[in-house]
Amino acid sequence: MGGYTTSEIATIMAMQGIAGLSLFGVFLLMALGLAIIFGQMGVINMAHGEFLTLGSYATYVVATMFESYAPGLFSYYFPVAIVLSFLVAFGVGYLLEYGLVRHLYKRPLDTLLATWAVGLIMQQIFRSIFGGRGVSADAPDWLQGSIQLSQMLFLSRSDLFVMCIAIAMTVIVAILLYRARWGMRVRSTTQNRAMANAVGINTAKVDRNTFALGCGLAGIAGSAFTTISATTPTAGAQYLVDTFLVVVLGGAASLLGTVASAFSIAQAQSILEFFITGSMAKVLTLMVVIGIIMLRPQGLFTLKVRQ
Amino acid sequence: MQHSNWRKSIAALTIAALGGAGASAAGANEEYPTDEVNTTGLAVTDDTVEVGILHSLTGTMAISETGSVEAEQLAIRQINESGGVLGRQIETEVEDGASDWPTFAERASSLLESDDVAAVFGCWTSASRKAVLPVFEENNGLLYYPTFYEGLEASPNVFYQGQEATQQIIAGLNWVHEKENAETYYLIGSDYIWPRTSHAIARHHIENELGAEVVAEQYFPLGHTNFRSAINQIRLKNPDVVYSIIAGDSNVSFWSQLNSAGINADNQTVLTNSVTEDEVKAIGAENVEGHYSAMKYFQSLDNPHNKEFVEEFKEMHGEDSVIGDVTQAAYLGPWIWKRAVEKAESFDVDKVREAARGMEFDDVPEGYVRVHEENQHLWSKLRIGQWQSDGTAEVVYESDLIEPDPFPEDVDIDPDEME
Repeated sequence: MGGYTTSEIATIMAMQGIAGLSLFGVFLLMALGLAIIFGQMGVINMAHGEFLTLGSYATYVVATMFESYAPGLFSYYFPVAIVLSFLVAFGVGYLLEYGLVRHLYKRPLDTLLATWAVGLIMQQIFRSIFGGRGVSADAPDWLQGSIQLSQMLFLSRSDLFVMCIAIAMTVIVAILLYRARWGMRVRSTTQNRAMANAVGINTAKVDRNTFALGCGLAGIAGSAFTTISATTPTAGAQYLVDTFLVVVLGGAASLLGTVASAFSIAQAQSILEFFITGSMAKVLTLMVVIGIIMLRPQGLFTLKVRQ
Repeated sequence: MQHSNWRKSIAALTIAALGGAGASAAGANEEYPTDEVNTTGLAVTDDTVEVGILHSLTGTMAISETGSVEAEQLAIRQINESGGVLGRQIETEVEDGASDWPTFAERASSLLESDDVAAVFGCWTSASRKAVLPVFEENNGLLYYPTFYEGLEASPNVFYQGQEATQQIIAGLNWVHEKENAETYYLIGSDYIWPRTSHAIARHHIENELGAEVVAEQYFPLGHTNFRSAINQIRLKNPDVVYSIIAGDSNVSFWSQLNSAGINADNQTVLTNSVTEDEVKAIGAENVEGHYSAMKYFQSLDNPHNKEFVEEFKEMHGEDSVIGDVTQAAYLGPWIWKRAVEKAESFDVDKVREAARGMEFDDVPEGYVRVHEENQHLWSKLRIGQWQSDGTAEVVYESDLIEPDPFPEDVDIDPDEME
């Protein structure tokens, strides 16, 4: 492998493993919202990336407000920003479901086109308000720099932060889906809408809240991503393909599958990137993913349901 | 018409000669009759001449190209205030390429075929330039192109105000090689024609001229936001110099991740030729502080022409605006055209092109440039700027005048393959 010694290979694997963990956090966080909307509801939301961007801009606005009105509290703006990003994205998602998506549940291809159009509209709105140039919020001190694990190994604080949020959100979603009444309603609605209605579940309300929650999670992801990249009107759209891949590879309805596939894609990409160019690493990873999906169309993990 | 306005014309010329800024040479042009200065049917009247501006005003490229439009408009306004070109006021037709290359070609045909403009100032990406090139060659138009780019082109219908790759790269590498005694280089870039060609030139120079080693050449797609693997490679290979040609918004991720990984100017020399004042505004000065950019122009250049330019630019476009390398180059376009037209005493494209060859400019913001006798690029200097905490660059090195060489001989690049 390119003339590296065995000990160097070990170091590289460790370094890239950690880089892969950072990427895993990013993938997981962006896929969570979609795992709910696409995985649970079966709605292809092409505007998902724009909800991410919405969260990023909300965070940027909060940071700017803190900077000008409460510079002393600047270090603490992030919790406020995360909550606000969630609320804004949740609210817009709620309206989108109510105004548009619910009319199209029986027409999946139209949903795809309609949400794509919504995505384009949102991009142009961002561009009109914030301009096309990338904006970035200054990270608070506690998110800057990195933790040195050994001479070669380090983990940047912002990556650690993204990972922690990703794990926390996954746990919350898992509890909501599998341990709470709400999750049972969501799952029964997806599996048999007529029966769910019959036993007294307000399926329209379940749909609306599920969709909005997925959007809200995208908002949180967008908020966390301001610590690692610039926010532009099209920033979220760049994540969309990766996000769908993660969810599809994992098996649409399985949360565990999403976690596993985010982890494998991130690690594969990260290890490959060291030995070949980043562009080629991406091509190879995508080819492997396509191969797996061809062999296992249902994804890595599936729910066993009676057909 | 020409005779009836003779007195007016003389009066206006006299006022202009006496320094009456803003006075236009209204009416007929006794000294330069229209049918003599325009034999090819361009949009020239007795007191006006029409030119085109063709940039992306909408879409993803709008933000990069806006600075160029602003600079071209400033230059045209200044030219008009000082009496115009051959006594004619410049009228500007602004077209939107909308970040879409076929649209650029279509707008270019409209400017050249319907509006008959005398010159076009425009394009930014190489892709848009390649899209309009056949239109300009077919209609024998004139394009003034502002961006630094990969070279491998020298059309008689284009004047290239930006540096081609060898001008931007070789002097910069020589400088950093000497300063750091550098033996090892790490090359990183975005994955498209400009960074790839530039790195091919850089690698050739590093290996054959400097006798040093390239430890890795790494490319990421445009818009990439995860540079952790690259940072690990830099840590492990510990190169003397990191040479970056990462374009666009990816810069924000690259520099902030580099900084947060503890790689900064104290322990690693990074040289880039893709970061101008515009990018630094988004990256954040704290992330690039102490690192180096190789450019022909920085906003902080200390000469009276630049001070005046910066002042007037800010007055026209706002105190917060920053001026990067390409913006200054765009500003040169209308001036180069004006001077060539006046030397040729004609708006005819063939005569303007001939007149421009070898023309010298010693009063431009970047100091001095000369139009190359053959390839229509500019002889220019290369400067190395070290980024400061306030987002401005301090010039730490200035080369001699460098000859543009868009087709470097020994470098192994096949232009067709690159496209």
